[in-house]
Amino acid sequence: MDQKTFIKNLRSWQNGSISRRDFLGRTGLGVAAAVVASNMPGLLMSSAQAGEQKLSSDRLALATWPNYHSQENLDDFGKTSGARVSMSVFGSNEEMLAKLQAGGSGWDVLVPTNYTISTYVGLGLIEPLDLARLPNFDASAFQQKFMAQGTVDGKVYAVPKNWGTTGMLYDSEKLKDGPASWKAFWAAAQGPASGRTMVHDYQLTAIGNALKSFGYSFNSLDPKELADAEKLLIEVKPHLFAINSDIQPSMRSGDAWLAMSWTGDASQLHRDLPQMQYELGKEGGELWSDFFAIPKSSEHKDAAYAFINYLLDPQHNKLEVLSHGYPSGDKRVDALLPVALLEDPIMYPAAEALSPLEFGAAATLTSPARAELMARFKSA
Amino acid sequence: MNAAAHPQSVQPGTALSVGARQRRSLGRRMTLLMLLPSTLWFLLLLLMPLLIILVYSFGERSAVGGYAAGFTLDNYLNLGSRAAAFSNTLILAPLGTLVCLVAAYPLAYFLALKVSKNRSLLLTLVIVPFWTSFLIRTYAWIFLLSGKGIPALLASFGLEDVRLINTPWAVLIGIVYGYLPLMVFPIYVSLEKLDKRLLEASADLGASAFESFRRITLPLSAPGVITGVMLVFILLMGEFLIPAILGGGKVFFLGNALVDLFLQSRNWPFGSALAMTLVAMMLVIIGVYLKLVARYGGRPVDSGV
Repeated sequence: MDQKTFIKNLRSWQNGSISRRDFLGRTGLGVAAAVVASNMPGLLMSSAQAGEQKLSSDRLALATWPNYHSQENLDDFGKTSGARVSMSVFGSNEEMLAKLQAGGSGWDVLVPTNYTISTYVGLGLIEPLDLARLPNFDASAFQQKFMAQGTVDGKVYAVPKNWGTTGMLYDSEKLKDGPASWKAFWAAAQGPASGRTMVHDYQLTAIGNALKSFGYSFNSLDPKELADAEKLLIEVKPHLFAINSDIQPSMRSGDAWLAMSWTGDASQLHRDLPQMQYELGKEGGELWSDFFAIPKSSEHKDAAYAFINYLLDPQHNKLEVLSHGYPSGDKRVDALLPVALLEDPIMYPAAEALSPLEFGAAATLTSPARAELMARFKSA
Repeated sequence: MNAAAHPQSVQPGTALSVGARQRRSLGRRMTLLMLLPSTLWFLLLLLMPLLIILVYSFGERSAVGGYAAGFTLDNYLNLGSRAAAFSNTLILAPLGTLVCLVAAYPLAYFLALKVSKNRSLLLTLVIVPFWTSFLIRTYAWIFLLSGKGIPALLASFGLEDVRLINTPWAVLIGIVYGYLPLMVFPIYVSLEKLDKRLLEASADLGASAFESFRRITLPLSAPGVITGVMLVFILLMGEFLIPAILGGGKVFFLGNALVDLFLQSRNWPFGSALAMTLVAMMLVIIGVYLKLVARYGGRPVDSGV
């Protein structure tokens, strides 16, 4: 293409008679840009990285949860390793599983919650970790109960990322005498907090915490116990403000006064609005832990190991905890954190409040009976 | 036209006729060749998935979720458990379409017949909202409809304790907001093509403004109305975002039931059965609608032109 034609095309693009895509296509600029981007990534990045030791892969695909990483760490990992992190953010473990199961996800690292790991292993979607490639990982720094969740048949398939609890959050300015048990939670939802209560749009916690109010197990699959939970949920439904796991907008605006809440939402809301109070159910409830795992299908395994190893470095992990407000469970990281954080009852509840809590079980999540119960509750 | 062209090409000598025949068969082959990509596209990307959904709908949920081969009608027999989703969708989708139509018609009429200056600017303004993500705009409605938004405004006028967010009204408002442009444009196009001399003639013959509107404008804009109604209604039947965000999980559409079945309870076969039922329902509704349109709305247009 000679100069004159190029200018002519540029003019017709500018005056709108051809589209940008046409312009890039006709002039070949689009192809050129694509070739440069795929073959010479160094050209598009800063040259400051030259000289650092580089991985053989230039990218790392991460599947994770919202607001769950320190941007500083991600940027820094990209700079030192040469592997740019591209993130897919998910709303539920089921979605994450569905995507990986469908194939072609292209992920290198994923962040599954404890109760999904045995399912991933059973379906052959993740493989045992080669701990020799994770020198920053120290099993003895974690409590045995967390380690056990990532271990299947004696093999470590996943290493702990963060842990937390599922409790109840209330606005103490609107609701005097907030509930401290799940029995009181459901009573308040039908009483003083009627029309102002939010329940998770998540079978595991919505049904689990209804079961707890009867004193049953969080993981119960017993038909009679599930029937009791269903009766309670359907009775409460007309009094609910919403069935929605995204509690923050409505709690902040004052539309909702009481909600089921995970540790992170509670920390963030309490930090901004001190009247937000978090309680764990006296009867118990859920304790959970997220993990790092590597899919069998990953095509950048060296980058995957390097990434996990990078974040498990206590100094880096400290930045993670400070940014998202979930405890890491790693003793070496706790030693680096400010005392005020370690004394925060939302992030680090007292031992006696933690002891009745249960981990969700794989069978609880995949139970068709519970899935159908939740669906009946939602479409009631 | 064909009849006129035919004798000319056949009657002269055989050599020419063969040439013409060859040319015609070449033309036919070209046509087939040109249609090939869209045919393949249609078969692979539209019919194949539909076929897969049909097969899945007779299967069973595997132990960890997903699909397991099988042949059962249980999925279809279980449809009653989503009765609320069916009734919500079947009430709010037509209602939303109707409100959209009532709101869009005057706007399209104004744009097509009353505006002479700045028309393209005004048309652009109608589609400006499309420039940002629908998700973000719907999220913005959470704040408008929640306690500190419109209800607070109403309270300052003395209308206390109005609850909007997470009610069917919130969903209806979201629907009309989101789908209005889709209704405006087809109606605008058909009104814009309207031959204004017909209106002048009608006035000259003594018809009142209303009479002219009823007997000329409305019938001639019918194709736009029909297209707009179909466009909005079909999309609304599968809507899930607006009820999920503005209904707070309390106003449950078929689309939401489907999302839950595929992403939460991971019961693909039941989800497939629900999807097939939705497709069948739409075919029936659209079929009946087009029949009715042909009987009551179609004739005046044909005879009018």
